[in-house]
Amino acid sequence: MGPLTIVFARCLQAIPTVFGIVVVTFLLTRALPGDPAAYFAGASATAESIAEIRAKLGLDQSLPVQFWTYLKDLSSGDLGQSISTGQPVAAELLRRLPASLELTLTALLLSVAIAIPLGVLAAVRQDSWIDQLCRLVVTAGVSLPTFFTGLLLIYVLYFLLGLAPAPLGRLDLLHVTPPQVTGFLVLDALIAREWATAWSAARQLALPSITLALFTLAPLARMTRAAMLQALASEYLRTARAAGLSRGRVLMVYAFRNALLPIVTTLGMVFSFSLGANVLVEKVFAWPGIGSYALEALVVSDYAAVQGFVLSMAVLFVLVNLAIDIVYTLIDPRMRIEG
Amino acid sequence: MADAAFTPPLARISPPRSAFTRSFAHFRYVMTSNPITFLAFLLLAGMIVIAAFGPALVPHDPLATLADKALKPPSAQHWFGTDQLGRDVFSRVIIATRLDMLISVSAVAMSFACGATLGAFAGYWGGWFDRLSGRVLDTIMAFPLFVLAMGIVAAAGNTIQNIVIATAIINLPFYARVARAEVSIRRNAGYVQAARLSGNSEFRILLLKILPNTLPPMMVQLSLNMGWAILNAAGLSFIGLGVRPPTAEWGIMVAEGANYIVSGEWWLALFPGAALMLAVFTFNLLGDGLRDLVDPQRRT
Repeated sequence: MGPLTIVFARCLQAIPTVFGIVVVTFLLTRALPGDPAAYFAGASATAESIAEIRAKLGLDQSLPVQFWTYLKDLSSGDLGQSISTGQPVAAELLRRLPASLELTLTALLLSVAIAIPLGVLAAVRQDSWIDQLCRLVVTAGVSLPTFFTGLLLIYVLYFLLGLAPAPLGRLDLLHVTPPQVTGFLVLDALIAREWATAWSAARQLALPSITLALFTLAPLARMTRAAMLQALASEYLRTARAAGLSRGRVLMVYAFRNALLPIVTTLGMVFSFSLGANVLVEKVFAWPGIGSYALEALVVSDYAAVQGFVLSMAVLFVLVNLAIDIVYTLIDPRMRIEG
Repeated sequence: MADAAFTPPLARISPPRSAFTRSFAHFRYVMTSNPITFLAFLLLAGMIVIAAFGPALVPHDPLATLADKALKPPSAQHWFGTDQLGRDVFSRVIIATRLDMLISVSAVAMSFACGATLGAFAGYWGGWFDRLSGRVLDTIMAFPLFVLAMGIVAAAGNTIQNIVIATAIINLPFYARVARAEVSIRRNAGYVQAARLSGNSEFRILLLKILPNTLPPMMVQLSLNMGWAILNAAGLSFIGLGVRPPTAEWGIMVAEGANYIVSGEWWLALFPGAALMLAVFTFNLLGDGLRDLVDPQRRT
């Protein structure tokens, strides 16, 4: 099979999953306690106006019909109206998505940059101080609640040392938001050549992304160490050593490339964690991403907004897993033969 | 070394012993061979005592507000200081242990029971039930789990009970998968065939012959999962779901304390956060220790 066929097959395999997600989010809306129509109609509603709204919302139809309407709305990108802001949910989510992505991706980059070298070194020098450090980081990372780490960092770096800016969103009030190109403030400011703004945005980004990175570091470092240990103990590595290849080549080419596969898989799992942890981190740092949007919606029971958030997070996660799956197939020749 | 001087270790143990002393000896062996597991066990015992007798141990009423004593730093009288309403943080942290444990233990117990049943049936009989349950579990796993829990609580209503159910649902796939794998590898084991030949019903075989053998890996999963369940439940209450304000619970206490961190009142958030961390840490250590016992190969 050619690589293109494999990519296509993987995409097809994702369709049932996406369908399952849509069914679950639809059922979640149906599980609402109370009557959404009465909610929309407000406190002064009469029985007729509630019935009218129910008909308008399509709630008097049978479940399959309602599901079909839901699917049709979804396919045209309509996630419903937010009750609290009156805006379409899809537009609001899209407007806030860059902030969340900027945070999540920075955190992931940071944690990959730390976790992989740490895990590799810990495996190569087993039981040395760096292995102990790796163990400590892994244990702490698994046990520390994200929101707690965030608050600790704020206390130490903002209140005590004054190194970090106040945890209030993406940009200091002194700076004007640069024209939007990528939606990532630091990049946008760099593109607009507003160095002070870029520096300020980067400073605001630092603490939340470190918080999130600390959380995602643990599983990555743990998996890197375990995968490297397994690769180092393998027969092919002994052969490579016996053949007199240089230490660096044995480690980086033969051991690391083989250890890379489980690491990439873990990366997908870690991404799922960070989408959840994002909500907590955004709350702690008043970060105006989709997580805080969902929280605002939760407080006022704005169901359409919460459902839209859950659905879009799940679809995002499926897409990331799909991408990882495809990368996986492309970098591992064995998968191609089996595929 | 002379062979005659060597006594095999087994010979030194006197053979007739009761089941109790035997299991106690095994417990002692496990605990002394790995001091960290022993430490975790002590921490767990402490936590259970605190959860059971918390209300009798606290020096102050956890709900009593004293306006003139608001936001006082830790002192001899108030070990962990007082919060914005003058409530004693130490008492609240202690009291909260019971609620936090209750939420996570009942969530994990629900996941365990439902997941084990589902996985055992799927693993034993296979077929359409296996495929269907596999699909459902895959769909759950396709969500970022914390986000799914948020959605469930938002839809089903903002109560502690729904926090428990949401946490149970997002943990279900882990148990079901372990149970399914463990049951399906034993489905045709020698002792199962022997039981079948001697006329046991399929249900009886699954319940009495196979399930007890899958318990060790399931217990490890339970212990490893427990810390995660606590973190999840606390995360949900941190964002304002489930537990209502005057109630003492670690997640919501950290959330309340978060507003005072920027002005330097660290003790409000630090102590409940540290308690949360300690609880999660305990269960993770315990889980790692148990896993080493059951499956030495995966020791990290």
